[in-house]
Amino acid sequence: MDNTFFAEYAWLVPLFPFIAFAVLTAMGKGLKKTGAWIGTIASFLSLVLSLCIAGERLSGNAPDYGNQMDWITIGKLKLVAGFEVTNLSTLMLVVVTLVAFLVNLYSQGYMKKDERISTFFAYVALFTSSMLGLVLSDNLLTFYIFWELVGVCSFLLVGFWYQKPEAKAAAKKAFIVTRIGDLGLLIGLLLLFWYMPGHALDFTTLHNVYDTQSGAISTGITTLIALLIFVGAVGKSGQFPLHVWLPDAMEGPTPISALIHAATMVAAGVFLVVRTFDIFEASQVAMNTVAIVGAFTAIFAATIGLAQNDIKRILAYSTVSQLGYMMLALGVGSVTGAMFHLFTHAFFKALLFLGAGSVIHSVHTQDIREMGGLGRKMKITAWTFGLGSLALSGIPPFSGFWSKDAILTAALDKQPILFVVAVIAAFFTALYMARLFFLVFAGKPREGQHAKESSSVMTIPLIVLAVLATVSGFVETPFNGWLGHWLFPEGAEHDASGLVMVVSAAVGLLGLYIGWLTFVKGTIRRNAISDRAPGLVTLVARKYYIDELYHVLFVRPLQGLGKVLDLFDDYVIDGVVRLTGHGASALGRLNSRLQGGQVQTYALTALISIVILVVAIAGRRFW
Amino acid sequence: MSMLSSYLTLAAVLFCIGLYGVLTKRNAIIVLLSIELMLNAVNLNLIAFSKYGVQPSLAGQIFSLFTISVAAAEAAVGIAVLIVLYRGRASVNVDEFDELRG
Repeated sequence: MDNTFFAEYAWLVPLFPFIAFAVLTAMGKGLKKTGAWIGTIASFLSLVLSLCIAGERLSGNAPDYGNQMDWITIGKLKLVAGFEVTNLSTLMLVVVTLVAFLVNLYSQGYMKKDERISTFFAYVALFTSSMLGLVLSDNLLTFYIFWELVGVCSFLLVGFWYQKPEAKAAAKKAFIVTRIGDLGLLIGLLLLFWYMPGHALDFTTLHNVYDTQSGAISTGITTLIALLIFVGAVGKSGQFPLHVWLPDAMEGPTPISALIHAATMVAAGVFLVVRTFDIFEASQVAMNTVAIVGAFTAIFAATIGLAQNDIKRILAYSTVSQLGYMMLALGVGSVTGAMFHLFTHAFFKALLFLGAGSVIHSVHTQDIREMGGLGRKMKITAWTFGLGSLALSGIPPFSGFWSKDAILTAALDKQPILFVVAVIAAFFTALYMARLFFLVFAGKPREGQHAKESSSVMTIPLIVLAVLATVSGFVETPFNGWLGHWLFPEGAEHDASGLVMVVSAAVGLLGLYIGWLTFVKGTIRRNAISDRAPGLVTLVARKYYIDELYHVLFVRPLQGLGKVLDLFDDYVIDGVVRLTGHGASALGRLNSRLQGGQVQTYALTALISIVILVVAIAGRRFW
Repeated sequence: MSMLSSYLTLAAVLFCIGLYGVLTKRNAIIVLLSIELMLNAVNLNLIAFSKYGVQPSLAGQIFSLFTISVAAAEAAVGIAVLIVLYRGRASVNVDEFDELRG
């Protein structure tokens, strides 16, 4: 069989969910249960095709397949659109379609009672389609279009329960904050377009320009472009200082948090940096920025995660922190580490979110202080959630350990300070996961709480993801750099460091142990820290007052500006409009008074007009 | 030359009286009469120019004869319309006939 047989049909992968979206939007509310199945089946077809492509590419050295067509021709300028299938995009295809399919399946249970279930599935299908399009794009222009599309879907889904004011506000916040990043990306793309030889925006040319003719674009401009692209990634991937939208986005339905705000869309920023990595590599400043922002975000979000009480918010800050790890990996030059962590993180974080959704579905609260002892009643959820927590905490041999290990190794190679920061963040990660897990599942059940295990349509995805969270790390271990070689055959770095493995496993276990002592055994008092340093705890619980700061610095002034512009609009613009309208109607009233049906008035008008006419003509003659 | 100007002045005076009547009188009969006055002012002009104009000729007088006969016909039609209107509305006041009000 031809080595690119399935790859040639890769364009079908985003098409299936798009058809589902079109059908669901057209048929609308008529299909409740059927609508859900349409979305699920479409994502299943995408998954099957993606697996076929992956199988084909795994079976041997299949060549990269790309297909382009001319999209817009303006004079000599030609814009092309197309897709390309490489090992990198195949990996993303599999991750996205797999998580999307499982989330679709899960939502059948989770959203069962919702009125607008078919709308929900339509949005999910649109999101899946755009995300797959983004993954397959072979140039930055279509990439950007899909990038915005996933942003829109995120907005729609965060605000899905728009009856809740918090959800509405969160949707707006998500959209506006990511917009700030998108603006940076847009400017970066325009600069790139301007400076690239031949105005090409496709990744292949980009690679060639920076690989072979590294002088085509000056270093200063390269740094600027790289930083602007990174601003886009910061917005989408919730890095500091644009991380504020991601925790608020948890107002959306939980399956959405799993799909969009944990596994796929937020990883798009990382994916963007990976795809344009040649630009970053050409600029040391940009690389350092990426590394520092990533490391800072990792530890910053991890500390906030320690003090939150909302189960989904803890996971959201954890996502921010893990995305920081990926950025850190990119900043220290380990693309493999970033992609590997993206890959494992997609599974275990989706698992954790879906597990949290299962808990929320059962106890109808998101506050972990109101939960407890759920482990006995929700066995499957508890077990799978536990596996996910172990993976996230970086306990060997779960997947998170291996991917975090790859990042830590790379960090130690380049910059020991970053390594220390990342290790501390890893400790906090284990600690907050232990707190979360033990508070929710261990201890005595609360009175009056009727928790029961969720239906199998919700637990099956959990089990599948739990298996993946456990084993997916073995594709790239210090003993076996398979993933790196598969993704980047030319320049796969592959380091192993026993020290890093020991340290990373040790901090993970230490975090879990302290968590266990605090929240199960009670050897360490829970409020040991809050008693001694109440200010510190408040500071962390209030998320370092970032939201308040932004409110004072940006939101208020902008609202003031908005008010001024509103007044301007009301009085100046509308004034002119009203003047025109009133003037016309006054003229009309005058004319209609003339049309009084009084023949004598007509005659008088005619007389006056003639007099005026005569005077005018005579006057012209004399002056 | 002074003859022409005095005729023209008389015609203008007549015309203005007629115009005043047309514009101010409520009674339709008087309006019609005022129109006759204006017509006759025109006739007077025609005749004055045929006698004292730059190129005197009989054409002006012939025209005025035509005007008088056409005006007679017009007056007949006008009166007839007025009678019909009077039958319908029991009034000849012009300001009551405002069916064409916009």
